[in-house]
Amino acid sequence: MAQPVELPDSIHVGPVIDPGHSLASVSDKVGGIVLKRRITLGWVFGLLLSFAILQNLMAGATWLLIKGVGIWGINIPVGWGFAIVNFVWWIGIGHAGTLISAILLLLNQSWRNAINRFAEAMTLFAVMCAGMFPVLHTGRPWLAFWLLPIPNTMALWPQMRSPLLWDVFAVSTYLTISAVFWFVGLLPDLATLRDSSKTRTGQVIYGLLSMGWRNSARHWQRYEKASLLLAGLATPLVVSVHTVVSFDFAVSLIPGWHTTIFPPYFVAGAIYSGFAMVLTLMIPVRKFYGLDDIITLRHLNNMAKVTLATALIVGYGYTLEAFFGYFSADTYERFMIWNRMTGPYAIFYWCLILCNIVTPQFLWSKKIRTSPGILWIISIIVNIGMWLERFVIVVTSLHRDFLPSSWGMYWPTIWDWAIYTGTIGLFMTLIFLFVRVLPMITIFELRMLLPGAEVKEPVAH
Amino acid sequence: MSGHTQQIEDGLYGLMAEFETPGQLVAAARKTREAGFKNFDAYTPYPIHELDGAMDLHDNRVSLFTLIGGILGCAGGFGLATWISAVAWPLNIGGRPLISVPMFIPVTFECTILIGGLTAAISMILMNGLPQPYHPVFNVERFANASRSKFFLCIESEDPKFDRAATEGFLASLNPEEIAEVAR
Repeated sequence: MAQPVELPDSIHVGPVIDPGHSLASVSDKVGGIVLKRRITLGWVFGLLLSFAILQNLMAGATWLLIKGVGIWGINIPVGWGFAIVNFVWWIGIGHAGTLISAILLLLNQSWRNAINRFAEAMTLFAVMCAGMFPVLHTGRPWLAFWLLPIPNTMALWPQMRSPLLWDVFAVSTYLTISAVFWFVGLLPDLATLRDSSKTRTGQVIYGLLSMGWRNSARHWQRYEKASLLLAGLATPLVVSVHTVVSFDFAVSLIPGWHTTIFPPYFVAGAIYSGFAMVLTLMIPVRKFYGLDDIITLRHLNNMAKVTLATALIVGYGYTLEAFFGYFSADTYERFMIWNRMTGPYAIFYWCLILCNIVTPQFLWSKKIRTSPGILWIISIIVNIGMWLERFVIVVTSLHRDFLPSSWGMYWPTIWDWAIYTGTIGLFMTLIFLFVRVLPMITIFELRMLLPGAEVKEPVAH
Repeated sequence: MSGHTQQIEDGLYGLMAEFETPGQLVAAARKTREAGFKNFDAYTPYPIHELDGAMDLHDNRVSLFTLIGGILGCAGGFGLATWISAVAWPLNIGGRPLISVPMFIPVTFECTILIGGLTAAISMILMNGLPQPYHPVFNVERFANASRSKFFLCIESEDPKFDRAATEGFLASLNPEEIAEVAR
């Protein structure tokens, strides 16, 4: 790997890790959250609240299986309602985890070490939530295996030229590789938990999970190679996933969807919303678990910068969408963009501009980038904005297409909301469980950041 | 019976030296290799790239297997798309080609990554001999620190050069914190 470019200290906000830490102290601090820390009332309350919200999904999905997709607000012309909006939103959120774990690894960014485990967990959970929507949207989820190319008695095969099938391949590969990458990263840390666990249960569980990892140099050498290869494979993968998601739209002929800017603009939007979600989750976790010496202001500052940069790319995307509509001189494209800005859903469009373009401009200020509270509020606004973006893309293009006689309106029903909020409950439940049972920070990579980790061979005598 | 075989039967896996800093360990590992030992290993709480040079580690099979996996995934994905579209379920849509290569790229690409990535992870785990429920090095009590803060070097009794007393003397010359016997 190339050496990182040395930047002047003035552009950094503090160190990547508090200088008081040693090899033993980082291991004990991060491992201790899992092994020693008592279960607090706050955690129990958070878990119970999330689990209660999760019941919305349970109820919504059950009623959906009984009655069918008619309980949703979808209709003709708007056949893609909340299901696709939420699918794209969740998948996008997942992208930051892979970006942090794979792309920043290849770029040798040491600040990623403290946040990659958490971000990857977020990826996995977000993709789980995302994957549920297309399956439920099929209306008959028990036949979802028809999407897979497996021999069947009907002698039917899926259409390999359909972007919807590409989605099946892209999302399932993404989930699999993210899970594998995550587990490989966990191996040495599970061994740390096994070795420092004082209870028999902990030793057995973490012992089984760590598969007998013993920190051998011969193992590390292969391990490092495999990690680098996985990062190299995951990098194009993460770009491909949202590209394929954007193909669901761009390959169609609907005005507002049929544009070549969609793939890059979707990928940028995905990273944007993902970083916002990492900030939304990390700022409270950092506070409640007292991790501000490991997840320092430098991390928040860097993540805010990535958020700002991707916000600008997304802003460029919005501008060009409007410009394409005008410049195409195509009646339908022009009407679509005009309808988006002034039609019945105009409020959503302008809210999205406010959330996604105007709000992140505050991040130009270093003071705001290093104020966790304000940053947290901005991250929530960006999450809402990115959800609105997907709503605007899906609904405003579909509800008024070529023929005015087929125009319609779409409003979500209570069941749409139940399933959507239910997946948020699922996501939060999984996050709450994750922070208590697995080390939320990659311990062995933290050790590499410490000054004592540097190899200084003693002078021969 | 030679003394060497005797030691193995005695249930000695090897001798383990503990070091305080990564620099001492790297120097010790280099000297161990230079002294002609083959069956030895270093244990560190994080990957130390300098050890690859010191211990002469250059196993590139993970890369090779990943490449093979990736190529198989690529061929498999493209083959699947082609076979389904042209053989198993051919659809003539306005005379368009049955093997429409550009439309097969996403599936081909995803299969490449899927098989390549799985091969990288699985081949690393299997070549490391994992999962391994038991290993003698864990018999040393202080070895739990290998996953926390300390650095270890273990010379194994299977090494042809291994001799209980001489090897202990050699390890002592490396200035370790402690030397321990590793029971089998």
